[in-house]
This record gives sequence, C-alpha cells and structure tokens, in this order.
Amino acid sequence: MAVVELEIPARSAYLSLVRLVVDAAIGSLAPGLSPARLDDLKIAVTEACSNAIEAQESNWSEGPVVVRCTIADDEVRVEIIDRGAGFDPDDIETLPAVTDPRRLRHESGMGIVLMRTLADEVSFTPSADGTRVSLVVRRPADPAS
Amino acid sequence: MELRTEVSEVKGWTVVTVHGEIDVATSPTLRERLIDLVNGGATRLVLDLEAVDFLDSTGLGTIVSLLKRVRTHGGDLRLVCTEARIRRLFEITGLEKAVPLHASLDDAISAG
Repeated sequence: MAVVELEIPARSAYLSLVRLVVDAAIGSLAPGLSPARLDDLKIAVTEACSNAIEAQESNWSEGPVVVRCTIADDEVRVEIIDRGAGFDPDDIETLPAVTDPRRLRHESGMGIVLMRTLADEVSFTPSADGTRVSLVVRRPADPAS
Repeated sequence: MELRTEVSEVKGWTVVTVHGEIDVATSPTLRERLIDLVNGGATRLVLDLEAVDFLDSTGLGTIVSLLKRVRTHGGDLRLVCTEARIRRLFEITGLEKAVPLHASLDDAISAG
C-alpha cells in the first residue's frame, strides 16, 4: 500500500495542482486504473476539494486542506479533510427531474451528484473539527499477479 | 491553468471557444465574459468546449446560467462537445436534455 499526501492552502487556485498530483500519484502507483476512471476520480476529488475550500473560507478557518491518496491492491482511496463548519450530505436539496422546467433554476448542487456517480464509494464524515470526504475507486485485478 | 476564450462570428452566431480548465477558480472569469457578450447583444451563442481540458459542476452551473440568460433575451445556446469524459457530465446531471451537445460547429449552427 502506498500513501501520497498533499496539503494545500484553502484557495481555489490550488485545485489544478491537486488534479496534477492525483493524476501523477495514481497514474504511476496504480497503473491498472483506466484513464477514464482516473478522469472520473479527478472530477470527484475536485468537487470535494471545492466544497472543502468553500467550507473553510466561510468558517474563517486557517490551515490547510489535506488530500490523501491511498493506493491499495484492490482500490484507490482519496480522502479530503477540511477544518470547515461541516455539513449534512443528506440535507442537500434534491435536484428536480431533468424533464422539470424548474431544473434550470439550479446552477449549483451538482457536485454531490457527480461525486456519488463518478466514485464507486463516497462517504462523508463530519466532526467538530471539520469534514472528511472519502472517495473510492475500485482497481481491476492485476492480470500479472 | 489559464482559461482562454476566443470569440468569432459564424453565420449569425457568436461562437465562444473555450481553452483550458473550467473549475471554481476559473468559472467566475468565464461567467463574466459570457455575461458581457450577452449584455452586448450576443444572444445566439455557440459554446465550443472541444479545447476544454477539465470541467466540473461549477462549469456546468455557468452553462446553466448562460442558458437562462440567453433565453431571457429571446436567444439560444448550443454546445459543441465530442469528448466523452465531458459529455458524460451532461448525461449524469441531465443537462444534455436542456442544452443539446453537437458533434461539430457546423452541426450546432445548422441544427433546427
């Protein structure tokens, strides 16, 4: 198992760097993961980091946002840990159906939908100190092993 | 990464070609440029996403905002996008129903 950890200031300008690190770390340490799944994971990680940065900004919280990639034989897990005020993921408003004209009233709220669709497993762990989001993508079995 | 836009006029449509990554960091700039265009009278818009390297939910929100704005002005918005990883985001969120994705600029402009 390999762990790569990155700490970034809670500013959106660092999102591009997060994607570069996730791409490089997972691309080299989990070569079995397809480019499409890696793209999915980078989108999910960006969504989680954007939420983390926003949570810390709105909470006037100092300190970094932590992005930790853990590469195991059967999965890649990326945890995003912030020191924001926390939130209840089940309390997020459900988007109207796509056929509903009211759907276009919603310019935000799509990030959680993308995370839940693009990752194989998503968990949100709020605490008094902040929120930990865990995104998991399963790795196909290595045919060489 | 820098976000860059190019604007051209094609057969009565204003074509905005976007280069780079669209996320929380760059969406405000893109949104501002698009609002300026619509306020300046460009209400028949084609947004060409072929040179976009990355798009997240903030970028999708910017496109929804643009769609509402052009429709308020009696205009229309069409998208050019063939990249599977970006098309997938429109499918997941259902936005492909609201803003059709076209395979080329010619298709977007000639669509009924």
